Amino acid sequence: MKFKADINIMPLKELLDPQGKTVGKNMGNIGITGIENVRIGKHIELLIEANDEAAAKEKLETACKKLLCNVVMESYSYTLSPA
Amino acid sequence: MKFGVVVFPGSNCDDDMIHVIGTVMGQDVKKLWHKDTEALNGFGKGDCVVLPGGFSYGDYLRSGAIASHSPIMTSVIEFANNGGYVWGICNGFQVLCESGLLPGALLNNNHHKFVCKNIYLRTETDQTPITSQLKEKQIIKVPIAHADGRYYADDETLKKLNENGQVLFRYCSEGGDTSETYNPNGSLENIAGICNEGRNVFGMMPHPERCAEPTLGNEDGRILFESILALQKEMA
Repeated sequence: MKFKADINIMPLKELLDPQGKTVGKNMGNIGITGIENVRIGKHIELLIEANDEAAAKEKLETACKKLLCNVVMESYSYTLSPA
Repeated sequence: MKFGVVVFPGSNCDDDMIHVIGTVMGQDVKKLWHKDTEALNGFGKGDCVVLPGGFSYGDYLRSGAIASHSPIMTSVIEFANNGGYVWGICNGFQVLCESGLLPGALLNNNHHKFVCKNIYLRTETDQTPITSQLKEKQIIKVPIAHADGRYYADDETLKKLNENGQVLFRYCSEGGDTSETYNPNGSLENIAGICNEGRNVFGMMPHPERCAEPTLGNEDGRILFESILALQKEMA
């Protein structure tokens, strides 16, 4: 069966996120104030073919740890549901 | 001593590197296509594999991430673990960190811009094959060209790098000042290049192959190539 994964990858909290900082600093240009702590990460969607949810989760964990996320600089979280 | 330069889709400093090693330094060098898992057959301890600069796989996902799992990397990692020399420059450095051959990671520059200019490097150790002909604290001028060059490692890793003398170069002023003013990308402690504990895997953001002959108006990078070749003489 197929499962759908929605993965969020974020820069580690202790690291400077220059992209988020730049976006945050320029919110004033569109007339918005009071925005702070902008941090920008990645959202990845994918489908997994697996026998059950546990097997799908195992594949997803490997994909996150080995390729999708670099745990030296990023953290990841995801939701997994039948597609 | 043989040299191999790995070509990933999106590498763009491979030809410069082949030119410097082959034509300028007169050494035996060949291109190694990343899908050729037998490309390293015939390479042994004492030979050197270079991972060149560029934008492997378009820098998709993270710089160097996809290339670090490319077919040839299994043999590059095995080659390094057997004591072979592996030298990553710019994107090559990013690939080496992603592959785990070097500790830490290279993040987006703190100013969020691509930076392309000459910078000065202070030599931190002469106890590695690519810095052996330099003197400690010697300053060289080498160009950088990257968007993701901010070296980062956790406190424990950083401490170990410093204690073991694994930092090769730090960004500095022409006079050797390594204060934050002379840090072009926000790297921790101005780190521009490191080596592994075994001192056979090297990674650096600056491009010595872009300043290794008189035509280019700067030959400061040449001494790194002379250093690794000095090894060959020692071994002979």
